[in-house]
Amino acid sequence: MAKQGVEPDELTQPFWDAANEQRLVIQNCVDCDRLQHPPSATCRDCDDGGNLEWKQVSGRGRIYNYGVVHDCPVRLLQEDQPFNLAVIMLDDDPGVQMYSHLPGVPVDDVPVGAAVEVMFEPSANGQLVPEWRVIDG
Amino acid sequence: MTTPTAPDAMYRNDEGLGIWEHRGKVAAVGVGHAPTARRWDGRPETCVGAITIDALRKAIADAGVAPDQIDGLVVVPVTTTGAFWEAGKSLPMDVIQSFNQTDDPLDGIAKLSAEWLLANMPELTNVQFTMYGPGCMSNALNVTAQAVGDGLTHTCLVVKSWHNFEGRYYQGGANAGNALPGTPAITQLWGGPASYSTALQFAEYCRKYGKHHDMMAPFMENSRRNGLRFPEGYWAQHRPEELGPEDYLASRWIAKPANLFDNDIPIMMSGAYLFSTAERAQDMQQKPVYILNHASSNTRPRSLVPTLDEVEADTARTGRKIYEGAGITAEDLSFENMYDGFSLFHQFHLEGLGYRGIKFGEALDFYQTDISIDGPNPVSPSGGNVGSGRSRVWMHTDCIQQLQGRAGARQVTGVKPEVGVSGGPMPLGGNYTVWSASPD
Repeated sequence: MAKQGVEPDELTQPFWDAANEQRLVIQNCVDCDRLQHPPSATCRDCDDGGNLEWKQVSGRGRIYNYGVVHDCPVRLLQEDQPFNLAVIMLDDDPGVQMYSHLPGVPVDDVPVGAAVEVMFEPSANGQLVPEWRVIDG
Repeated sequence: MTTPTAPDAMYRNDEGLGIWEHRGKVAAVGVGHAPTARRWDGRPETCVGAITIDALRKAIADAGVAPDQIDGLVVVPVTTTGAFWEAGKSLPMDVIQSFNQTDDPLDGIAKLSAEWLLANMPELTNVQFTMYGPGCMSNALNVTAQAVGDGLTHTCLVVKSWHNFEGRYYQGGANAGNALPGTPAITQLWGGPASYSTALQFAEYCRKYGKHHDMMAPFMENSRRNGLRFPEGYWAQHRPEELGPEDYLASRWIAKPANLFDNDIPIMMSGAYLFSTAERAQDMQQKPVYILNHASSNTRPRSLVPTLDEVEADTARTGRKIYEGAGITAEDLSFENMYDGFSLFHQFHLEGLGYRGIKFGEALDFYQTDISIDGPNPVSPSGGNVGSGRSRVWMHTDCIQQLQGRAGARQVTGVKPEVGVSGGPMPLGGNYTVWSASPD
């Protein structure tokens, strides 16, 4: 599926740079030892804003949940409707979620709970974007 | 006068605060609604500013208050349903020139400031207090109740309006482009529609409790039926169509398991109320409806979408806050008007309240029983957004009108209307009001 391109900004430049190197990094607060995604300028749990770094994670997770998108607001994705849109929970911290179209998985036949691993797909402007593929049924 | 946004201190976000200090000392009296429309037709007299003035004037007249007695105005400044004035699109000068303007030419067309309203309602000569309640009417009501209770204003208008332009919901702007900035890309590249997160929560709920989407049909039918008895609502005014199980279940998916009717229809609308102190309200034209409590949730999910565990924990917490501050229990509720737009989260609100004793996982079974306004367990007698279109206002209007005994064809008959609750929007993050026919 042809996702929109990405124009990295100051906050997310490390995330997208790592993706172009086929590495998955997630924001981590050194002070409270907690991953957070989506990223933000400060730690959501530390009153003083925390001490944020980008931490490489294993790139493995589980399919937590999914829906099937039939009426997508994003123009570039509309020709692929209907499509799966799943939420992945990372093995490194199951409280951290990422989206996935689950390439290769039939529409509405998603194995909830199945193990997945990260892969990287080019978006419309060539920026690599994390995606997830099922590694067991 | 520059209008501030309500400070955090005005909201009751925490458990353990005890009875609300102004319990029974603040009252809603007047109600005003402008006619609805599916979209703005481009005329000055139907722009969002104009319909807001219409709703406000109706609320004033309904309360029987002289405009110069009003000293407060609380406004929700955001009016979009998901429709924005496209960058570069020429401004509608005929509309702009029909009103007294602020320094923002889209004020009154695609947004709303208190200053714009005051500039165009010359009869409001004594407004000393203005404040923004961001988001929706539920938020603004909390702000208004607290402001009246705190003595910041004694006779206060509160208004929420919506504009809806031509074009499909959320399909313009960045969603039509070929690239996104890096930060929104992390959440938006995958193209989930607005109801996607709620659909996920509902899917998890069904898996956990062995329920299915078809079980929503009685709720949807009941809500539309109640909405068609709401003369101020969109469906009653423009498309008086029942929503039977066949039509509901045959409708197309938006984000399965959310279908078209699980998504509320965006409309042009404005709703307004007049609040006052309980003492002053005694002399007004309508019966006062007393505020027993307001409560809020500012909980955020840990990551991208709320999990069912997060939803259930927070709706239960919200229920406890609602009851604690009002000094009531679930058994005191005559009816409930919790938010329903998206319909698939109404059951989370019900279960968090423990309405009629239901527990987590039981609301869809409850929907299969008599939930009508004529039975002992009325669910959403307003019909909510399902019954009258997107406003996040109907539920509050209905609470006021039910307790005043003037809900007309929607008047509950299976219970005596004494205490109601309304609020939302989302299960995580919302604002709630407890209404009572009596101050005690």
